Amino acid sequence: MPTLPWASQLIHLAAAVLLLTSFAMLSQRRIESLVNLYAWQGAVLSLATAAVAYTSGQHHLYISAALSLVLKVIVLPWILHQLIRRLDVRWDTEPLLNIPTTMLAGIMLVVFAFALSQPIAALSTSIARSTLGIAMAVVMLSFLMMITRRKAVSQVIGFLAMENGLFFAAASATHGMPMIVELGVALDVLVGTLILGVFFFQIREQFDSLDLQHLEKLKED
Amino acid sequence: MTAGQALIALTQAVLAIAVAPLLVGWVDQCRAWLQNRRGAGVLQPYRTLRKLFHKDAVVADGASWLFRASPYVQLGAMALAAAIIPIFGSQPLLATSADTIALVGLFAVARVFVALAGMDIGTAFGSMGARREMLIGFLSEPALLMVFFTASLLAQSTMLPTIVDTLAHQELAIHPSLAFAAVAFAMVLLAENARIPIDNPSTHLELTMIHEAMVLEYSARHLALIEWSSALKLLNFAAIGLAIFVPWGLPSPSEGLLAVLGGVALSALKLGVVGAVLAVFETLSAKLRIFRAPEFLATAFLLAVLGLLVHQLLGG
Repeated sequence: MPTLPWASQLIHLAAAVLLLTSFAMLSQRRIESLVNLYAWQGAVLSLATAAVAYTSGQHHLYISAALSLVLKVIVLPWILHQLIRRLDVRWDTEPLLNIPTTMLAGIMLVVFAFALSQPIAALSTSIARSTLGIAMAVVMLSFLMMITRRKAVSQVIGFLAMENGLFFAAASATHGMPMIVELGVALDVLVGTLILGVFFFQIREQFDSLDLQHLEKLKED
Repeated sequence: MTAGQALIALTQAVLAIAVAPLLVGWVDQCRAWLQNRRGAGVLQPYRTLRKLFHKDAVVADGASWLFRASPYVQLGAMALAAAIIPIFGSQPLLATSADTIALVGLFAVARVFVALAGMDIGTAFGSMGARREMLIGFLSEPALLMVFFTASLLAQSTMLPTIVDTLAHQELAIHPSLAFAAVAFAMVLLAENARIPIDNPSTHLELTMIHEAMVLEYSARHLALIEWSSALKLLNFAAIGLAIFVPWGLPSPSEGLLAVLGGVALSALKLGVVGAVLAVFETLSAKLRIFRAPEFLATAFLLAVLGLLVHQLLGG
């Protein structure tokens, strides 16, 4: 088996760790650890982006790497920690399915994502094209997390993790989106988190809980 | 394999059986140091074994032949495994006669016999321990197989010596799949050897014990054989882990006596490090509730499967 240059090995390793953090988030019971895992995922993503930038010589990717480092490792986790402390919801996450079942569903999703990405990756010429499947898997696992969690905070973290997956897909398949789009997405995520933070307080004020099942009823009874 | 090489391999297998209690003693001693105790010394398991061999065996009323035969079957299975796994050299005695899948089967035979013996005497503890052991076993076995499959895919063979050879002699590369498999294997090792967080090897607390519950009715030489085979099982698992994930420095018998002796010393050193790491991990973690054990092992299985999938996708 031919050995790859160390930068692509690093990308592969980062991709594998990204997938691992997704699964760790899926199996996590505590919201605070969930936020920490999200920060780790951001750090790995930033490392992977920098490695892609190094191998492909696309300098604007260094800026995206720095952007995701600042935003996803420092700012967003800080905001989320603040929210959690002020809402006092440090302990409760209630998965709808039990954890082994969720994990098995996760494995099925990974297999599906890998199979789905194979023909697409064959068209790409990027150095990191084989990691496209992992990026897809991260997106789908975050979807699964949003579906199986009942509480608003963990759903928002699922949403943010999904954005990580999309970002990684863009970096690995096409060497990143145009700079202006990336900046826009980053700003959207930041503003989105702030607005959702306001929503949390509104939801809690209305229903005395962050359980989103209360939102499914249309009428007050 | 020439007669001389076979003799070396046989000596290595016998050496593995002989030093197995030493590894357990070393782990216990490390744990004692970490807990600010003086500890009983690394030779304590040998003293326990000698004491047990000198006692008269008491066998429960109504115990069938199964109860008497089980300790011998267990030690036999583990000794056979010690002759299959490259513990001190890359060419173990029975290397060509069994692969990793047969090895998993061998561990299963030992497990089934200890569980049957636990149920044979009809005490509540025995049956409870046997049921729990089978619960752990049926969850850890697929994870162990998946770990072996990941290594086998890399080496294109399920034979342990070939895996060791391929992994030790390729160019140095990061294998994400092997990293996943290593973590999964560490979790399986803890579960299979009744260590914390799944089971506590040094307790007889009624509600939490698994392995000890099954062997409560054993005494004297039967108990000694069981203790010895558990020690050997720990050594076997540590050696499997080392062979797959740290495969460097296992000499083949054809490299001369000096290389063989060096390999034995290096392997002993590696086993010592594994024992110390195990002690640190056991000191730092708390025992899981029995109902959390499936979650722990499902995670191990998941990691092993992810290793396979990542290998398929990234090719390494």
